[in-house]
Amino acid sequence: MQNEGVRSLGVRVFQALVIVAWVIFAVLGIQGIAERLWYGHHAANYGSYVVWGLWVSAYIYFIGLSAGAFLLSSLIYVFDFKQLENLGRLSLFVAIVTLFMALLSIWFDLGRMERFYNVFLHPNFISIMAWIVWLYSIYTVIMILELWFSLRPELARMQSAAGIKGIVARALAFSRGPLSPEQEKRCLHYLRVLAITGVPLAITFHGGVGALFSTLAARPFWHTPLMPILFLTGALVSGGALMTFIVSAFWKNGDAEYREMLRLLGKVVLGLLIFDVVLEWAEYSIPMWYGVGHEVDLLNKVLFGEFWWVFWIIHLGLGTLIPLLLLVFGGDRPAAVGLAGLLIAVTFMTVRLNIVIPGLIMPHLRGLESAYVHPRLVFHYVPSFFEWKVTFFVVAVGITLFFIGYWLLPLIPAKDKESLHGVA
Amino acid sequence: MGATRREFLEAGAIIGAGAAVAATAAITARLDHRTTDPVGEETVRHIEVLPSVPPSPEEDVLVRMQRDLARAMAKPVEQRRWVMIIDTRKCVGCHACTVGCVAENHLPPGVVYRPVVTEEYGEYPHVQIRFFPRPCMQCDVPPCVPVCPVHATWKRPDGVVVVNYDRCIGCGYCITACPYNARSRDLGEYWLDGAAETETTSELPILGQNAPWEKTPSNEYAKSWDRTKGSPVGNARKCHFCLHRLEVGQLPMCVTTCIGRATYFGDANDPESLVSELMAAPNVIRLLEHLGTEPRVRYLI
Repeated sequence: MQNEGVRSLGVRVFQALVIVAWVIFAVLGIQGIAERLWYGHHAANYGSYVVWGLWVSAYIYFIGLSAGAFLLSSLIYVFDFKQLENLGRLSLFVAIVTLFMALLSIWFDLGRMERFYNVFLHPNFISIMAWIVWLYSIYTVIMILELWFSLRPELARMQSAAGIKGIVARALAFSRGPLSPEQEKRCLHYLRVLAITGVPLAITFHGGVGALFSTLAARPFWHTPLMPILFLTGALVSGGALMTFIVSAFWKNGDAEYREMLRLLGKVVLGLLIFDVVLEWAEYSIPMWYGVGHEVDLLNKVLFGEFWWVFWIIHLGLGTLIPLLLLVFGGDRPAAVGLAGLLIAVTFMTVRLNIVIPGLIMPHLRGLESAYVHPRLVFHYVPSFFEWKVTFFVVAVGITLFFIGYWLLPLIPAKDKESLHGVA
Repeated sequence: MGATRREFLEAGAIIGAGAAVAATAAITARLDHRTTDPVGEETVRHIEVLPSVPPSPEEDVLVRMQRDLARAMAKPVEQRRWVMIIDTRKCVGCHACTVGCVAENHLPPGVVYRPVVTEEYGEYPHVQIRFFPRPCMQCDVPPCVPVCPVHATWKRPDGVVVVNYDRCIGCGYCITACPYNARSRDLGEYWLDGAAETETTSELPILGQNAPWEKTPSNEYAKSWDRTKGSPVGNARKCHFCLHRLEVGQLPMCVTTCIGRATYFGDANDPESLVSELMAAPNVIRLLEHLGTEPRVRYLI
């Protein structure tokens, strides 16, 4: 009982924090977006040499969250994970929201935003970038269909509900009254077929994002065959961690089922985290042992350069070590598992930054920086406040969409939207 | 109960069909070598070079290269093979090529096609510096071309790697793919951003934010590009061997502004050309040869 009191207090504090963060992000974000649309890229710190920065990092971060959440939902639908079955719809929805956030981030990075459709009109199917854009499009369609098939039985039952929820249910259910058992079965059938189809698709496109970097022989830091695998593992661990956190924060009914679900999610995330650390060790230790070359110089910059703390403190400390301890020693405690999920999911952004930026900060032709001097022609990059504001906008949009969906759609069982004691 | 065998078979059919379509698209893209550039007779240009002055072995290399250029332009484009040779022993590091290029192509801040890299070598007290001007290498295996998602950059029949400013979406992928950092991102800035807002008069045509010198259109790719109206703002930009100048019988700007006659340009398919002679020198090198890009720019060291 005492635990329940602490828990409801925690939920309240968390809700207040989310609202405050959302307001700050939205206000700064709208300002940033206005600046982006009015003045273009003027206030950004990337240039001709460090051509990609925060927005591209945010893009691969969000796309990883999406692929991870999606693969989790497929796991649930394809292999029928009983303990996690209530998580399927929410995972799908989170995958859609984070995909939208990713595409928004990369869209703001384009030099000519209004021409994005050229990828559909004039695709170059040798370019991995063209491939992943086409695969995202198919992925979006599959996810929306999957979500609809997964929600339809519930929506059909909700049509008589009062207010907006009822209107939404009537608009989306495409049926008069509840579905027949046959219809519900057919929905589940299509859902499973799409979920299976989505697995190779998600692996291909997210491995493809890794390949987008790793195929560039010009950038030794990216040019490693391990990169697509690292991207996939990263997607699974960050997406899984995000879903773990969301369960701990949004399932208000702290019953045994909920505890079991978090215990299992914690184990999955722990396993993935350890696997990710092993891959990262391979990626870092092999060039470091050899000790010479372009890649070593860049790894040295990541580990011991100006931004050493991003790797050691944020990624390794907050994002790996503390979650590892929380999951190993607190795996039975929902709050510990949820906190571990939050830490991993949020700090994974630094992993993405530490892929994109170091790849660009050292030219093959040393001395280019002093050959023709301009702030856009330097091999040093720190995101400007303007760039952060645009990313805040993307985050605010994501939070908004999440809450709208959470409120309007039957994404989680009704009993879990209520606390055991009615405190929420 | 998890997914049934039937569900796996149906999904397998969708995946198989999708994979077949994808494989077809990938193979078709690999096999497609069509060029959209004009070729043949319509690309022939008849250019006269100093008709009253007979060629002589003593004439300035610039005049000789101009005659080489005229001979090359008299052939269809697919028979030309433009190369550039830079003599680092003659280069004094004056940056006149860089500045000439900026002026010719109206390059905005943050965009540069031909910086001059200074290399220091040796050990004190025996220290030397030499200069490597770095235009686009116009690689024969250009890493920047296959990465473009929208076919906005390609290698012309004469070997110059070009950008279609009207097609480019500005994703920057080609810029990351170039090991020479020879591509720039035009972020829409002007040298006069933040300058005083004085009235521009005919007496003071170079002052103030609205001075016309910066905003007149450039002539890249023999078209008129007004940055105040759009592209190439937002696009990837690069050196194109001044194709628009070649069309009218002029050498690339960097060649003509070189005070030491250290940059040579011409058609490697013409055995009579100056560049063909120089390419056979034993002290010719190419930059980052190990990356397999087969650059068309060579250096004499």
